[in-house]
Amino acid sequence: MSRFKPVAGAYVRPTGGWWRKNPYFVRYMFREGTAVFLTIYAVILLLGLNRLAQGEAAYNAWRAALATPWALAFHAVALVAVVYHSITWLRVMPKTAPRLPVDPALITKGGLAASGGASVLIIAVLWWVAR
Amino acid sequence: MKRSGEPIFWALFGAGGMLAALVGPVLIFVTGIAVPLGFLLPQRTMSYGAMLAFTRNPVGKAAVLAVISLFLFHGCHRMVHSLHDLGFRTGPTARIAFYGFAILGTVIAALLLLRIGL
Repeated sequence: MSRFKPVAGAYVRPTGGWWRKNPYFVRYMFREGTAVFLTIYAVILLLGLNRLAQGEAAYNAWRAALATPWALAFHAVALVAVVYHSITWLRVMPKTAPRLPVDPALITKGGLAASGGASVLIIAVLWWVAR
Repeated sequence: MKRSGEPIFWALFGAGGMLAALVGPVLIFVTGIAVPLGFLLPQRTMSYGAMLAFTRNPVGKAAVLAVISLFLFHGCHRMVHSLHDLGFRTGPTARIAFYGFAILGTVIAALLLLRIGL
């Protein structure tokens, strides 16, 4: 939030595209960009919940929309983006935690293992329920 | 001093980021790729009956609400801060719009889950 109000007519230094000059900031902006995909995904789920509440025909229309090439392409890109979010988030995690008696790399590895384990578990449970 | 809402939104951002880091990829893969294609999981995994039963279950309701709400709060918090990085002047208006969107999405999800009932 900007606490500094610009004075009328004051020179404002152009800052557009500053992040493209350095690969570190390109990765930073890509990481921040994952938020767009996560938000759109949440909205897609919310629309699905709305369709579910409306009844079977409405819900099946939402599911048909999910099977279109555009929807599949979006989810493929969103998957890559959120995997990137997951990796970067877990890498930052030891830095945001208080001083810990364990190796920081272990926290990242533990987080990645938990994410992988949860993913396998969810798919296995769904497979077993739907079998 | 005026009390700031920032710690609350930061906590929601953190919770959403953690949830997305743990189950974000698998959820997108399941609902957006695997089930629509019938790849690895059959298409009936997300049938009307199955999803209705899931959202009627209290645990299912909590899971759906947590995913939608926390993903929205995480995404909106990051986006409103990135607007500043992209050179936009983000003031209270942008914050109200972005956090308001997440709050609205949460309220709508909660109302829909209530409407679906037990």
